[in-house]
Amino acid sequence: MGEKNKKIVKTIKVNADECNGCRACEVICSAFHAEPKYSSNNPARSRIRVVRDPLRDIYVPVYAGEYAPAECMGRDKYVIDGKEYEECAFCRASCPSRDIFKEPDSGLPLKCDMCEGEDEPLCVKWCITDALTYEEREEEVEEQPEQDDLEMGLDALTNKYGMDKIIETLARMSEAKQG
Amino acid sequence: MRYAETGYNLEIDLSRGNIERVETDPKETELYLGGLGTNAKLLWDRVPPEVEPFSPDNLLIFSAGLLCGTPATGCNRTIVTTISPQTELMAFSMMGGFWAPELKHAGYDKVVLRGKSPDLVYIWINNDKVEIRDASHLKGKGAIETAQLIQEELKEPRAQVAAIGLAGENRVYFASIEQGRSSASRQGLGAVMGDKGVKAIAVRGTRDINVAQPDEYMELCNEVLEYIKWRNENPIPGVMPILAGLGSPQEMKVHDEKWHTENFMWGNSRVRRKGFWNQEIAKEWMDTMESLRTRLISCYNCPMRCGATITPPGAPTYMMKCFSKLTYTMAAFSDLEFGLGIAQSATEYGVDGFSAPQVMAFGLELLENGILTDDDFPGMPEDNEGRFYWLLERIVRREGIGDVLANGTYWAAREIGNGAEEYAHNNIKKHEQLPLKLSMLNPIYFLMYCTGEKINITQIEGQFPQMPYPKREHREAFVKDWFQVPDEKFKQYFLDWEPRGENSIPYYPTPEMCCDIVDWQERMHYIDDALGMCAGLSSFPLKPPYHIHNYPKFISAGAGIDMDEDLLTQAIRRYRTLVRANNIRRGMRRKDERPPEDHWKKRFPELEQKLLDTYYQFKGWNKDGIPTQESLHDLGLDYVYEEFEKRGVYSDNGPDHGESSSDATSAGKEKEG
Ligand code: SF4
Ligand code: SF4
Ligand code: SF4
Repeated sequence: MGEKNKKIVKTIKVNADECNGCRACEVICSAFHAEPKYSSNNPARSRIRVVRDPLRDIYVPVYAGEYAPAECMGRDKYVIDGKEYEECAFCRASCPSRDIFKEPDSGLPLKCDMCEGEDEPLCVKWCITDALTYEEREEEVEEQPEQDDLEMGLDALTNKYGMDKIIETLARMSEAKQG
Repeated sequence: MRYAETGYNLEIDLSRGNIERVETDPKETELYLGGLGTNAKLLWDRVPPEVEPFSPDNLLIFSAGLLCGTPATGCNRTIVTTISPQTELMAFSMMGGFWAPELKHAGYDKVVLRGKSPDLVYIWINNDKVEIRDASHLKGKGAIETAQLIQEELKEPRAQVAAIGLAGENRVYFASIEQGRSSASRQGLGAVMGDKGVKAIAVRGTRDINVAQPDEYMELCNEVLEYIKWRNENPIPGVMPILAGLGSPQEMKVHDEKWHTENFMWGNSRVRRKGFWNQEIAKEWMDTMESLRTRLISCYNCPMRCGATITPPGAPTYMMKCFSKLTYTMAAFSDLEFGLGIAQSATEYGVDGFSAPQVMAFGLELLENGILTDDDFPGMPEDNEGRFYWLLERIVRREGIGDVLANGTYWAAREIGNGAEEYAHNNIKKHEQLPLKLSMLNPIYFLMYCTGEKINITQIEGQFPQMPYPKREHREAFVKDWFQVPDEKFKQYFLDWEPRGENSIPYYPTPEMCCDIVDWQERMHYIDDALGMCAGLSSFPLKPPYHIHNYPKFISAGAGIDMDEDLLTQAIRRYRTLVRANNIRRGMRRKDERPPEDHWKKRFPELEQKLLDTYYQFKGWNKDGIPTQESLHDLGLDYVYEEFEKRGVYSDNGPDHGESSSDATSAGKEKEG
């Protein structure tokens, strides 16, 4: 149990009715997170992905959420206004059952960090048709320790290779560096 | 490292089933940029004039523009280039949508197709993995249907698919290549794709696209996006709605069609219907649009929403753009519901929305005038709309009269004879034009119609207001924030342009001013076509976010090529000249550079000749429209001069300084060529 604390809750409101499917949000997100910043872009690395099927009028911008080491026991499938959405369409997890929210080369999980360091999430800024809007409010919450990128990545690696292997590899790498 | 571009082309020999990944020369990018520029060079190097459009040696090139796939808003165009079966000249149509960025992410700038596949195939590009796959099960399928089937069979909903329909398979001279919410429609590129036995190209890529100077580049992108926002909130006052904003004409959004329906021609580009637009029709058409349109949609990385998904009653959904909204409606003297309905079939079959309706209206006009008879139309329904659907079926299947009409109005008229030529009245260089017939010659448009090598007015016009504003104070207001002009003199040209009196058309703007204006308009289109930028954010609208002052910066920061306005202008002149060189080598001359005879009622033969003379000279072309030795040398195109000399190009229509040849000799030449 964490203690009570004031916290800014950052919300991105997704108005899927206004989405035109342009994927500008994917472009800017991937550019922002490139190393060095903006040096490249690649929607496959984006932390927002637009599930898009124009002929069935399906447009769902989804944000990358928590890393899930194993897939769910069951799956969900939504039908809204007569439109059937693909399995797990609304799920934010970076999960073994699908290829989104993973680095294309390493397979490491991706997670939206609300564009840390920027005044406003960049996907929102670049979505000038207002499918994405940003809201902030203050709330009393029980503090939960946030899992950061490094921890999440290590967590994923641990699940894939086992803790021993990771420790072993790290030890070897640090030796090589010092040596 | 290569920036913005990938530095690799895919070379696919369909006859042998051979696939190669070929590194390109960065020097070529500096000289010809990319997209159209490097396409023109490939065609020049590899497709001599002896090669017929349907020869295995013809190339069909799908090229991403130089900056496609970078974060620059709206930079998503695929430039498709080949030799057109209809015009027998270099064709370079562009499509928006999502295909070009995906190709870049897969690691290629171009797909170059040569040879012919013995069986119908499709190409699947998935990063490094490239396959030629059997498409026999897709034979006869619609273009959109094909894209869906391929995505399903590959289990890759994110693959972007460019496909042809039945029209392309049957080599209809105005067959299109359809892709997402877009298409490369003009001049029969789809027919060449069908001739090569390629039903579709599917592509999926997950690689990075790099830019040379990230911070500078992003700042430029942000400025553009800010400006787009500002322009969306501040439309230009005093012009018709489709010219007030950005984007390709917002036909899916705008309901008020008074201007198009009353100024453009109906039928086979014949009848102007003044007073057509009334409240009743406005309401009816608005209801139609609102009930059939599901959503306004955009191309890759663009907020403008120029397209829409449309679901006609009882038919599958399709994506529609621009002016095809009205072309079928107006050709058939029908209503919007008919137009949006038949466009669904036309999109699946894959035909050009400008040419196809005119060809059908032309066929029916020949019937009405007894040049064709009922025997040519066996089983055609009585009702007007039914006739258009019937004709579309015959054309895409090349059955009966459809087989003749499938070659477009120019070739069909020649085949039919018996006076049919007079009914193919709306062509330039054998290609159907927008249905427009006007009164007084406009010198700017005269030059654009004559010399535009894309042979489509919307692909050369833009930037400069189409008409003078009535009052000087309006003009003064307009030029105030007109920072896109390459030079201050353009503001003066516009300020002094009056609707009536001495400073009005056809004698004002003067031929010299017209040269400047047309050159600027054309230059912007050529940059867009090399960079892969949508004309709707650059060359087409008034006061666009991209212009001659920020483009060099985009190229420097994006592609890492040192660029300024002069260097850029020089590069554009270079590949623009190369496009012309390709066509000159194929026999195009001054005699071909003229608008449809009836485009304007009031013509001025002397002035028109003077305009052409002045413009040719301004461009560094001789009296016959052939680039001179000197201008070729200035552009570093000595190799073009050598080839011209070798082929006797300068002497084949009279000497360098000679008069333009008469029609009689040109007709003779055409047969030889
Ligand atoms: S930028 Fe906005 S409109 Fe475009 S795909 Fe993303 S959410 Fe949709
Ligand atoms: S808020 Fe930032 S990190 Fe999150 S999806 Fe949007 S652009 Fe990416
Ligand atoms: S302006 Fe329109 S046509 Fe151009 S890229 Fe944007 S949505 Fe596509």
